[in-house]
Amino acid sequence: MPTFFEKRELVAPGDLLAEGDYIAGENTYKENNKIYATRIGLVEYENRKVSVVALKAFYVPRVGDIVIGKIVEVGVSGWSVDINSPYLALLKASDVMERTFNPRRDDLTSIYDVGDMIIAKITAYDRTHNPLLTVNEPGLGKITRGQIVRVTPAKIPRIIGRKGSMINMLKRETGCRITLGQNGLILISGRSLESERLAVMAIRKIEEESHTSGLTDRVAEMIRKEKERMKNE
Amino acid sequence: MSKTPEKLINEKGLRLDGRKPDELRPVKIEVGVLSNADGSAYIEQGKSKILAAVYGPKEVHPRHLALPDRAVLRCRYHMAPFSVEQRKSPAPSRREMELSKVIREALEPAVFLEYYPRTSIDIFIEVLQADGGTRCAGITVASLALADAGVPMRDLVAACAAGKIDGKIVLDLTDTEDKNGEADLPVAMMPTAELITLLQMDGMLTTEEFEEALNVAVQGCKHIYEAQKEALKAKYIEIKEAVQE
Repeated sequence: MPTFFEKRELVAPGDLLAEGDYIAGENTYKENNKIYATRIGLVEYENRKVSVVALKAFYVPRVGDIVIGKIVEVGVSGWSVDINSPYLALLKASDVMERTFNPRRDDLTSIYDVGDMIIAKITAYDRTHNPLLTVNEPGLGKITRGQIVRVTPAKIPRIIGRKGSMINMLKRETGCRITLGQNGLILISGRSLESERLAVMAIRKIEEESHTSGLTDRVAEMIRKEKERMKNE
Repeated sequence: MSKTPEKLINEKGLRLDGRKPDELRPVKIEVGVLSNADGSAYIEQGKSKILAAVYGPKEVHPRHLALPDRAVLRCRYHMAPFSVEQRKSPAPSRREMELSKVIREALEPAVFLEYYPRTSIDIFIEVLQADGGTRCAGITVASLALADAGVPMRDLVAACAAGKIDGKIVLDLTDTEDKNGEADLPVAMMPTAELITLLQMDGMLTTEEFEEALNVAVQGCKHIYEAQKEALKAKYIEIKEAVQE
């Protein structure tokens, strides 16, 4: 049962990863007892499971995910939301309103209009229907302040880090509130423009260098240096 | 340049540009060149220069083209008006429409279309400068652009042409060789599984010549494949090395 790459080595689609009694994990496929990569990424061998951590991917909705989206259309009984995925999401008017929704009386644009950004949670999705959203939980709803950064959705787990090590460090060092959308959109709101700018810079660095080791320490060091520099100015 | 030479292969057995019969033109590939596309790539194969961009998977427009069980792959091969010596009309010609179709069919088997039903993946191949072998180079870059967009694929698709000039089987024809030669045989394949996804022929070859030409083209595809993988990984390796210093 040979494997053909080292752990965390860079692989491209079509690369033969392992042969024999292995299980095909994420971003891989099995054919004739051989496992191949389907995306560019870093290979992982865990016991008998072979998977690839993608370096570039798009967002496929999953029930329970928190996402950040943009209203693109106001319909008769709800909104269409662009959640940076192959499928447009739907948010129903009855979900937002406390009483029964009456299309003749209620004006949906006064709640969310085209172009508004919202934080929402996916409540239902399968590939035959577009995902359904809800904003009926604390922390969800319209975004009124802050900055939004867009990264490739495959890198959200890296920005969280192991048991949240990276994201907690970011919040602590920059003093910003950071909301991660699983779809690759990140909301940053801090007390000052400088601290927000710092968080954006750090996230950009993580995105670019996500496939290297010792990243948390390097990002922390970069933030400290930047803070030092800003103090001196 | 438009003057036709008498001989395509000289006494030393070398071609007009000094290549040996089974030698590829120099290939230069770059991945992720466009910031507005989801995935992109650029190739220079000799004097042929081609840019490819991929958008999607995304909602299908117009809606009725969507398929309930898989994604639709759409492809446009287009030659820029300045890509050839005599200005080409920018409107899609019969030739371009046919090439769009065969390129799409060459790429389709490599993409896991069934993973994303009701969506479309759009590929745009823009020939900036043409000097033969543009359909093959187009397939080569388009498959890289797909991989760069994060579209899951069985394998990259590498393509290369072989042909016959002055009675000899040669690899990777230029425009002059194609026009003055006896035959042209473009091949696209997924090298890992050794599956051929495109095979066309223009001109006349005997059975033996055909087999020889096919073997030469397959070898060419494998070389292109190595260059493709290297180009795809290059960006990430660069960052890793810069960090480790």
